[in-house]
Amino acid sequence: MPRYRTPMSRVRGLGAAHEGVGHWLAQRLSAVALVPLSLWLVVSVVSLEGADHAAFKAWLGIFGNAVLLVLFILVACHHMALGLQVVVEDYASGETSKMIGLVVTRFVAVLAATGGVLAVARVAFGA
Amino acid sequence: MVQLTLPANSRVAEGRHHRSADAGAKTRLFKIYRYDPDSGRTPRLDTFEVDLATCGPMVLDALIKIKNEIDPTLTFRRSCREGVCGSCAMNIDGTNTLACTKPIADIRGPVAVYPLPHMPVVKDLVTDLTVPYAQYASIQPWLQATTPPPTNRERRQSIEDRAELDGLWECVLCFCCQTSCPSYWWNGDRYLGPAVLLQAYRWIADSRDEFTGERLDDLEDPFRLYRCHTIMNCTNTCPKGLNPGRAIGEIKAALARRR
Repeated sequence: MPRYRTPMSRVRGLGAAHEGVGHWLAQRLSAVALVPLSLWLVVSVVSLEGADHAAFKAWLGIFGNAVLLVLFILVACHHMALGLQVVVEDYASGETSKMIGLVVTRFVAVLAATGGVLAVARVAFGA
Repeated sequence: MVQLTLPANSRVAEGRHHRSADAGAKTRLFKIYRYDPDSGRTPRLDTFEVDLATCGPMVLDALIKIKNEIDPTLTFRRSCREGVCGSCAMNIDGTNTLACTKPIADIRGPVAVYPLPHMPVVKDLVTDLTVPYAQYASIQPWLQATTPPPTNRERRQSIEDRAELDGLWECVLCFCCQTSCPSYWWNGDRYLGPAVLLQAYRWIADSRDEFTGERLDDLEDPFRLYRCHTIMNCTNTCPKGLNPGRAIGEIKAALARRR
């Protein structure tokens, strides 16, 4: 199909969205935050190797551990949502598939964050 | 939807083998992409035997020799033959560069020559650069100021301010970097690309320009600017040794600073 719009019209398009810097900063800050949080999680998981449910529950009952684990889940899910958004924007060429991809990835991230936090609460404070 | 198959014209067939009448010990093979969209045929890869004893040292010299002596239908852009016009940008030995500054001696084996990647081909090694040119025009690449220039004098800047433009003004707009960027391949209709963003930063960094904020406003967009994921293909391929990746990083830093 011939395209009668001028190249300049296509380039200017709908104009600049005037956003993106917030996403860019959040992605980097969450990446920086995940460095110590991931290290702490790896050390913790290794130290809990072979522990039974009661030992894990006692470990999670320590307030600081519960806080750090919830923080890790929230920051990791936020970072994942930001990253997946970029992947969808990069590779989904149609507007419909892009919109579906953005909504699904955001829903999955919120679901993972909610599920993770509630799981921590259940183990830490449950019977 | 996501495109999983390549267009039909992406398949390159084996082409003709042009033997050299004066083939000697210094004969090199050049495998050159040939495509005429008007012909209805798929692209092909022609092989040319070129005697380097009677040829200049650069890839462009060989292309000119082929056009003059073997196949006058071979189509490519060239002008200055010394790396300042940017016309002869093409993909040589797997890397985008200028044919006029690429020594044949630097390449091992047959010399593969393709057009700039992921751009519409007009014919053979000539690509349609209409969109990158429009993108370049869209960033308004000229000095903008409301203050009138001093009478009978140029707008002055310090030596330090002038030094900020080094590494930016040397760009010859060959679009080697632009067409080496996967983000530009996938989203070239909305992402401005490394060459245009380097030029945009050239005016943002200019101490004489008074429209820095407006320039940043026009770039603050998830697609125009933030498709850059810093893989640095642009910087690796630039035949002038410039660093578009750093220029893009400076734009992002400026946008973060003004928050």
